[in-house]
Amino acid sequence: MLEYVEKIRKTARKLFKDDKVDVFIGYKKGSVPMMNQPVLINTADQADLLYWDRNCGLNLCNYLTRRTDRIGIIANGCNSRNIVTHITENQIRRDQLYIVGIPCKGMIDHRAVQRAVKQQEILAVEEHAETFTVKGRDFEKTLNIKDYLRSNCLVCTHRNPVIFDEIIGQPVEEQREIDAYKDVKEIEKMDPENKWNLFTRMIDKCIRCYACRDACPLCYCPTCFVDESRPQWIGKSSDPIDTMTFHVLRAYHCAGRCTDCGACERVCPMGIPVRQFTKKLNKDAQEFFSWEAGLSLDQRPLLDVFRPDDYNDFIR
Amino acid sequence: MTKKIYTKKEWIKTLAGLKSSYNIFVPVRDGDFHTFEAMDDKKNPDFNFKNTRLSPKSLIYPQSERLFEYTLNENDPDANIIKQSKKDYFPQAIVGIRPCDAHAFQIVRPNFDNPEYQDPWWVQRYNSTTFVGLGCNNPDSTCFCTSVGGGPFSEKGLDALLYDLGDKFLVKALTDKGETFLNQAKGGKEADEAALKASEGLAASALDKIRNKVSTDKLKDKVQTELFDAPFWDEVAFACINCGTCTYLCPTCWCFDIQDEVFKKQGDRIRNWDSCMFPLFTLHGSGHNPRARKVQRVRQRFMHKLKYYVDRYNNGVQCSGCGRCIRNCPVNIDIRQVCELMNGFSHKNQ
Repeated sequence: MLEYVEKIRKTARKLFKDDKVDVFIGYKKGSVPMMNQPVLINTADQADLLYWDRNCGLNLCNYLTRRTDRIGIIANGCNSRNIVTHITENQIRRDQLYIVGIPCKGMIDHRAVQRAVKQQEILAVEEHAETFTVKGRDFEKTLNIKDYLRSNCLVCTHRNPVIFDEIIGQPVEEQREIDAYKDVKEIEKMDPENKWNLFTRMIDKCIRCYACRDACPLCYCPTCFVDESRPQWIGKSSDPIDTMTFHVLRAYHCAGRCTDCGACERVCPMGIPVRQFTKKLNKDAQEFFSWEAGLSLDQRPLLDVFRPDDYNDFIR
Repeated sequence: MTKKIYTKKEWIKTLAGLKSSYNIFVPVRDGDFHTFEAMDDKKNPDFNFKNTRLSPKSLIYPQSERLFEYTLNENDPDANIIKQSKKDYFPQAIVGIRPCDAHAFQIVRPNFDNPEYQDPWWVQRYNSTTFVGLGCNNPDSTCFCTSVGGGPFSEKGLDALLYDLGDKFLVKALTDKGETFLNQAKGGKEADEAALKASEGLAASALDKIRNKVSTDKLKDKVQTELFDAPFWDEVAFACINCGTCTYLCPTCWCFDIQDEVFKKQGDRIRNWDSCMFPLFTLHGSGHNPRARKVQRVRQRFMHKLKYYVDRYNNGVQCSGCGRCIRNCPVNIDIRQVCELMNGFSHKNQ
């Protein structure tokens, strides 16, 4: 996806020149391999900082919350769905945004790449069309991108942005016939005790840094429940019950809103597969309500709709 | 001081033999990364590692530690009397600690152990610990220990140092504690000239492999308030998501919060790591928060490490150059770059 870089820079330059935006939010190339940094630029001169490759796996929508200026922002499929969610949840206004859409072919799973080179230090990664070359002090390895895509990208069915003012490049073909919830179905088959054990093991490395929460654009509460002190909802020690409470509550706060962008999992310093929690809720939203988050500005979010004539009994 | 040579297999056996005298902590592979764990029959030490994901600071200063306990049961004669929790300060040895992490304990020491205050838990556990380092033959590209007073084979804060000579370890005692440890260690041979020479070669070539040079020389001369008001903080902080990754992975971050946890009639007073990245860290009882905004919190982290600490302790920067925050920051905030910005900042050029 390197071919997008020049186009992104050109677009940003023009937006400043035409006075359409006050700031532009994108990525700049990181100081370590397989890592890019979200960046905000204020002038056309800074446009050369902008960068895009298969390591832009955070969610830029995170940086929009309650801004008051006119913002240019790049958005691939999942990021654009979060922008829709942000607009419908009144965290930003549509008319403040100039969305530069990016058809996305998926992000690289940096942990899988590290495993492929047996955790040796990677000094440089060169990206090509279908492959990428990983270089270290005493090794060089070329790998197929499709074998190293992040697990959320492998099951993504919205690679193209759902909302944009301008799109960079041709839309890419969407993945079809994908069983996005294979892993969730396996867990659903377990009895409660095994489920509990699985989740307990899954989070036993958690250090409560809250990176998963902080990387998530849905987590914009002025004060998160874990930071409340009056009353205090959750213990501060590393008691496993408090850790579990945090993970389960975090996931439930994302119900019907999560776009499976995978930022939470990307940022976890301990490599915990935190998406396992949110995915189950995404599956429920889809199965019970035919709902996928952030697809249209015309629909209210799943959990803030009430109809007196709802066909479900439980709501009345 | 003792200098011994062990084959790697023999070294692991020797460590196992020391278990009656020490709780031995060793690097253990756990999935994608390594962690320091108590050596037992199920966990194989793996000295073929770069560094552990989490620093070993928790072995002296646990993430959560019960300090006091009390009962609220009015029928108990000791009701509502707070008592110090009983602790076991059996000797422990951290074997395979990297020189940067050992140096880090020296950096945090003035905070926990100074003429004015001694933190009894930190001091007692520190005193009961023997630090057996493992020199770094191949430092990472994110390592910058040499810029902050350390080095891949630095002996700062270590009681003994291991040199990885391929199929063998050379181990040198550096302090009386290290000498005691090695005297109890069975087996091994006295180190010969060739091994000593090889160890010197390793140290020299490791030094060559560190390409980072981070400037810290001008930090001390800066005016605090001018750095505080420097124009670059908004830019530095933009990407930050205010998670606790940097502070919790850092071997020199020491901040904590003390909380009471009560279950039925039993109460515990617990000290937990805290992070200056979290808004709750500075929230006052009045509801006012002096660091309510992200940029204030990010600035605090760097000002503390690279300016306030420098001014207060005259002991260099509060960073051992381990590079964990660089490798693991979710949004690639790089302390090397921030340090250069601060060191190079001139109020007049504004």
